Amino acid sequence: MSDQPTQPRLELRGASKAFGEVQALLNGCLSLYPGEVHALLGENGAGKSTLVKILAGVHKPDTGTLVINGVQRHFARPSDALEAGIAVIYQEPTLFADLSIAENIYMGRQPLDRLGRIRYDEMNRWTQEILQSLGVQLKATQLVRGLSIADQQVVEIAKALSLNANVLIMDEPTAALSRPEVERLFAIAERLRAANVAILFITHRLEEVFRLTQRVTIMREGAAVHFAMTAEMDHDSIVARMVGRDLSTYYPKADVTPGEVGLSVRRLSRTGVFRDISFDVRKGEIVALSGLVGAGRSEVARAIFGVDPVDSGEVYVMGQKLKLGKPATTVRAGVALVPEDRRQQGLALDMPIARNTSLTVLNKLVHFGLISGKAERALATEWGSKLKLKAHTVDAPAGTLSGGNQQKVVLGKWLATHPRVLIIDEPTRGIDVGAKAEVYQTMADLVKEGMAVLMISSELPEVLGMADRVLVMHEGRITADIPRDEANEERIMAAALGQTDPASRKAA
Amino acid sequence: MSTTFMSQHSQSLAPVANPTPERQRWFLVLARNRESTLLVVLLLLIVGTGLAEPAFLSWHNARDVLLNVAITAILTAGMTVVMLMRHIDLSVSSTLGVTAYAVGSLFIAIPGMPVPLAIVAGVLIGVAAGCVNGALVTFGRVPSLVATLSTLYIFRGIDYAWVHGGQINATSLPDAFSHIATGNVLGLPILVVIAAVVLAGVGYYLKFFRGGREFYAIGSNPEAATLAGIRVNRRVFVGFLLSGALAGLAGVLWLARFGTVDASTGKGIELQVVAAAVVGSVAITGGVGNVWGATLGALLLGVINISLVVLRVSSFWQLAIQGALIVLAIVSDTLLSRRIAKWSMKKRELG
Repeated sequence: MSDQPTQPRLELRGASKAFGEVQALLNGCLSLYPGEVHALLGENGAGKSTLVKILAGVHKPDTGTLVINGVQRHFARPSDALEAGIAVIYQEPTLFADLSIAENIYMGRQPLDRLGRIRYDEMNRWTQEILQSLGVQLKATQLVRGLSIADQQVVEIAKALSLNANVLIMDEPTAALSRPEVERLFAIAERLRAANVAILFITHRLEEVFRLTQRVTIMREGAAVHFAMTAEMDHDSIVARMVGRDLSTYYPKADVTPGEVGLSVRRLSRTGVFRDISFDVRKGEIVALSGLVGAGRSEVARAIFGVDPVDSGEVYVMGQKLKLGKPATTVRAGVALVPEDRRQQGLALDMPIARNTSLTVLNKLVHFGLISGKAERALATEWGSKLKLKAHTVDAPAGTLSGGNQQKVVLGKWLATHPRVLIIDEPTRGIDVGAKAEVYQTMADLVKEGMAVLMISSELPEVLGMADRVLVMHEGRITADIPRDEANEERIMAAALGQTDPASRKAA
Repeated sequence: MSTTFMSQHSQSLAPVANPTPERQRWFLVLARNRESTLLVVLLLLIVGTGLAEPAFLSWHNARDVLLNVAITAILTAGMTVVMLMRHIDLSVSSTLGVTAYAVGSLFIAIPGMPVPLAIVAGVLIGVAAGCVNGALVTFGRVPSLVATLSTLYIFRGIDYAWVHGGQINATSLPDAFSHIATGNVLGLPILVVIAAVVLAGVGYYLKFFRGGREFYAIGSNPEAATLAGIRVNRRVFVGFLLSGALAGLAGVLWLARFGTVDASTGKGIELQVVAAAVVGSVAITGGVGNVWGATLGALLLGVINISLVVLRVSSFWQLAIQGALIVLAIVSDTLLSRRIAKWSMKKRELG
């Protein structure tokens, strides 16, 4: 990138945006040049998403100028941004489940004949060509309902490709992808870059930044605070700029001697999802359940908790056999599940923080048959301070919090039940660096108090940093059981890809 | 757009080989052909009733069913459009009532008014009603259930205040107008032909035009619709306009068919219309359904009503049977989709 063209393809200066009282963006600045992959970094709540939505025409900025190819532009609606060649791949796929892949890709700009009728044949053919170029086994006429998140992501990418976008914005595209899929995405990004597309890449995985990007813009508290060539930065200097402080103890692994068995799973099977899952989690132990997206990890957790049905197998909590299929019984037995998708499964987004926290323990807060709002708030405040929740008031809707703080509310909600076994699915997905460290610290504190923790995670550094033992799943089976001191990325990845791990204790 | 990345490689790619067809499973076939299933049920019903009571299969009966269903089916088509967007329009019965009376009054005021003009007037009144609904839902941000429930009462109230116990009689209507219901074209009542053309038009629009597909998109995922550059508010507004226009047309046809119209005309028909749409596998949750299915739903309910009369089943049962049919439609849809989900899990395991 030494011989940069003089004119950026896209330039945003001094953008600000407030939602009511919340100043989401103070001073958003960004310049994107053709043929570069540009990383946009920052903690959640730093204003990245707001900036992206301004570029996408979803939000109108309160102040600031947007210049595209040297011409100042104002986007009134998303279609204006599309017309200007800006395509966005959002964090969560936004697709039409009831429509075909082809219709999803060409919605609003379907090929028409002279009478204005949609040319389905042409549309399906184009779509099939794009899908084929991505190397995926999907049919253009297939409904989106039933596609995995990874496949939905592929549809999003195909949509952006079909737009001939010369500015491509990817908002955490890799968060839900398995490693081969990430590689495939990177290959596509490289091809686009070679074709002179400007790519803005948002991620929480710093290794991806070094792999893929040429320049970085770092945001903190609503403002762009640092611009640099990626090559001039390293992991620590990026993290320091993002959080504005030093993170010396990132993985505060507690030194605890495991006690008795807290959770014991025996030959748990569900047709088509997982088979013969057996493992133990001792008190004071963090066991990581690793593997690729779709290997069946979350499904195992949901089955243990009783949300999903099982076909056979047993689960014991503190030596007591658990009646499966009844979440209420599981909670009473002392198991808590912090789900993977906190927006869908973990929180009632429109309800206040206090109400969310109290949901699990409502019967303990009842006075004379009525729920005490005071007790609710006291509970939420107690857990909020323990978990360093950043919120003005516990009466604010949970949906207004940043990802990290939402996760703290979910954690608080479950810790309020005083569980003995905590199952935590992707504890830090979509959470910023600072909040991650706090979640890790909380987990470390919990095991010190004798909690048995089963942690499902796709983030290898997190697995290696926090787990006492690593179980790896591949296509519904456990393929490896690796103790902490023998665990490394290569062994976990090999097992996740289905190679048998010779040294591991074979699961019963 | 200056970059030509996609166009380059789409040209360089070889044509796509047809994906190998999968072995068809009964439940997949059933799920993909819900309309055909409805058609089979309808035919079985007709044949069954005909065997039990041969008098049922008369031209007179068929004509009666078609005339009744034609009007409901037009309303159902409008309801389909609205339901596709995850909305509902309960006000259609009141719109129909007001329109029927208004057009009748127009004929009394201007006896020589040409029939096409009457139809246009009716449709315009419907459009005005749709405007109110659309404005409430889009600009007022009132949930459509509440908005159209209020207008259901408001329009009906206006109707009562205006009609004031009066009524329009067939004698005040010109023969050319009544001819819509009594006259034939190609052996079918003109009214039925009009309805068929309108239904085909709406169905075709929903399938083959961008605007039509946008109804599906909005109902399937409103947020994604916005991101795809669809002007959701405008589209929702148009949807309610369309529903209103069709209700207006239905009002005109109602007047032509029955001649006698008072303030309570069409009362309660809105729920029959929702029922027909649901039986015709239009999803109440939006994004799924089409006019063909909805029409079959309306036809099925219409035929059932007549067969129950022919079979001398107590009229009390008719309502219960309609209800049971709705439950059956929804339960079978749910069971089917569960069966398919399970099957695809199995398929995944087997590779």
